[in-house]
Amino acid sequence: MSEAVISMLWQGVQESLYMTIFATLFGYLLGLPMGVLLSVTDQGGLSPNRVVYRVLDVIANVVRSTPFLILLILIIPITKAIVGKSYGPTATIVPLVIAAAPFIARMVEGSLKEVDAGVIEAAQSMGATTFQIIWKVLLVEARTSLITGATIALGTILGYSAMAGAVGGGGLGDIAIQYGYYRYETDIMIVTVLLLILLFQVFQMAGNAIAGRLDKRK
Amino acid sequence: MAEILVQDLHKTFQTKDGILEALKGVSLEIETGDIYGIIGMSGAGKSTLVRCMNYLEVPTQGKVVVQGKDLASLNGAQLRMQRQKMGMIFQHFNLLMQKNVLDNICFPLTIQGVKKSQARQRAMELLEVVGLSDKAQAYPAQLSGGQKQRVAIARALASNPSILLCDEATSALDPQTTYSILELLKDINRKLGLTIVIITHQMSVVREICNRVAIMQAGRVVEEGSVAQIFAHPQSDVGRELVSKDSPSEGDTRTLTQDRIQSGNRIRIVFSENSSFEPVIANLILTFKEPVNIMKANTKNVGGTAKGDMLLEFMPGSTQQEAMKDYLRQRGLELEEVSDHE
Ligand SMILES: Nc1ncnc2c1ncn2[C@@H]1O[C@H](COP(=O)(O)OP(=O)(O)OP(=O)(O)O)[C@@H](O)[C@H]1O
Ligand SMILES: [Mg+2]
Repeated sequence: MSEAVISMLWQGVQESLYMTIFATLFGYLLGLPMGVLLSVTDQGGLSPNRVVYRVLDVIANVVRSTPFLILLILIIPITKAIVGKSYGPTATIVPLVIAAAPFIARMVEGSLKEVDAGVIEAAQSMGATTFQIIWKVLLVEARTSLITGATIALGTILGYSAMAGAVGGGGLGDIAIQYGYYRYETDIMIVTVLLLILLFQVFQMAGNAIAGRLDKRK
Repeated sequence: MAEILVQDLHKTFQTKDGILEALKGVSLEIETGDIYGIIGMSGAGKSTLVRCMNYLEVPTQGKVVVQGKDLASLNGAQLRMQRQKMGMIFQHFNLLMQKNVLDNICFPLTIQGVKKSQARQRAMELLEVVGLSDKAQAYPAQLSGGQKQRVAIARALASNPSILLCDEATSALDPQTTYSILELLKDINRKLGLTIVIITHQMSVVREICNRVAIMQAGRVVEEGSVAQIFAHPQSDVGRELVSKDSPSEGDTRTLTQDRIQSGNRIRIVFSENSSFEPVIANLILTFKEPVNIMKANTKNVGGTAKGDMLLEFMPGSTQQEAMKDYLRQRGLELEEVSDHE
């Protein structure tokens, strides 16, 4: 493989990492509060609120049932407004965040609902406020599950970012499509796919290691 | 003034299959310093009742007055303040699994805004009280059930409550551990003057620790009174059933009904393998023509042979104590003076 190809692949890895990591970060900025609200306002939650729950529930479902590529095209005006252009890694982060946030919210909701109701009741019996219970009980007790969720989110967003390559999103997915699909350079495509798998594995192993490290239940 | 006053309490739940009346007009008065038992079969409404006592469950009708305050009249913040004065422990301990023992005990203090260093100091004191000083850094998953309940008790005591609510606090524990937890609760009741409410379905727990008891059935209190009175003359069917089922079995720790106020000198006698069930106490009484009070009798099956000990109390002002002790020693029993009165 020529040096030029190697440096192109290396740049692809960097772009993919850049998109994935920032999209995950911003995704959590939106998705974490949304997930907390979903779990807290649901029936049997800490502070049930039918209206809030229904609204968030519908938003999450609508976004999640829209295929990512279509979502990406649909929100091009928004992307342009935020980033100034509609292609390239930075622009791709916008649709990635919008697609990831509801997905993250659902995972956070699930993690928080796993927290033992007894522990929540104990905190209430001590006079804790709803906010204290969210902050000091739910998020702490669900820690391991939240980290496992974040690992899944990273992997999924990496996958989405590769898909964005089809429309000039940059990163490894872009390279795979340019070379594999348009130029029939199958070997480069295979290498990019292997690199994607490798990244995925690294995320997974790191996430599981951190989750295991922080879990005090064993 | 009663510490906890429950008046005509009703609680209905809306379920899929219609309306469920968990409490159908319960009234109780729990006095300061009581160890008050609430016993009944599964589904009788015991947990619902105790959860109404700190308004974790808001009653549909009726009043709960704690230390003179009608809980219905409190706003959210006032209710949380009131809850801080009422500790609660649970069957499944409900500790924070991701926090160590020390942080678990600090938890109620942290949420009150107590400084970390101060909270830690208080937590260490409490660990001393519950006998777990060496476990401060351990995580709940590393502890036995009994140790977890001790941590939960320490946590419940952290904010200096004057009431402790216990919902089946010993139901997940083996008899020996149950006994030690009950001893600890008794100790706390005596030393800190805490009022303790104990929910249980085991009559042995009531017998071991409570001074008053309410028997519940299907959302109602069917019988209420002093423990001695209910053990001697249960009035209700449930009461009779509970008392009769409470025959001590092998391996059980047993305290005979006793009058708490009485005080005479006490000794503990230990039976050796051979002398175990020889009617030595009966003979002692016949010989000296003076009754002794059996405060507690404990028999265990150790490797196939019965072993046991008994706590005896001489009549107050008895002049024959020394002679009686000699009599027991001559029959191969070990004697131990018990200085502290319960
Ligand atoms: N949140 C709830 N929603 C609906 N029904 C409930 C709820 N809590 C309790 N109940 C019902 O109320 C009745 C009394 O329940 P409760 O838990 O108070 O009984 P208990 O005496 O504590 O029983 P156990 O010994 O099994 O703990 C039961 O029939 C139970 O199914
Ligand atoms: Mg119960």
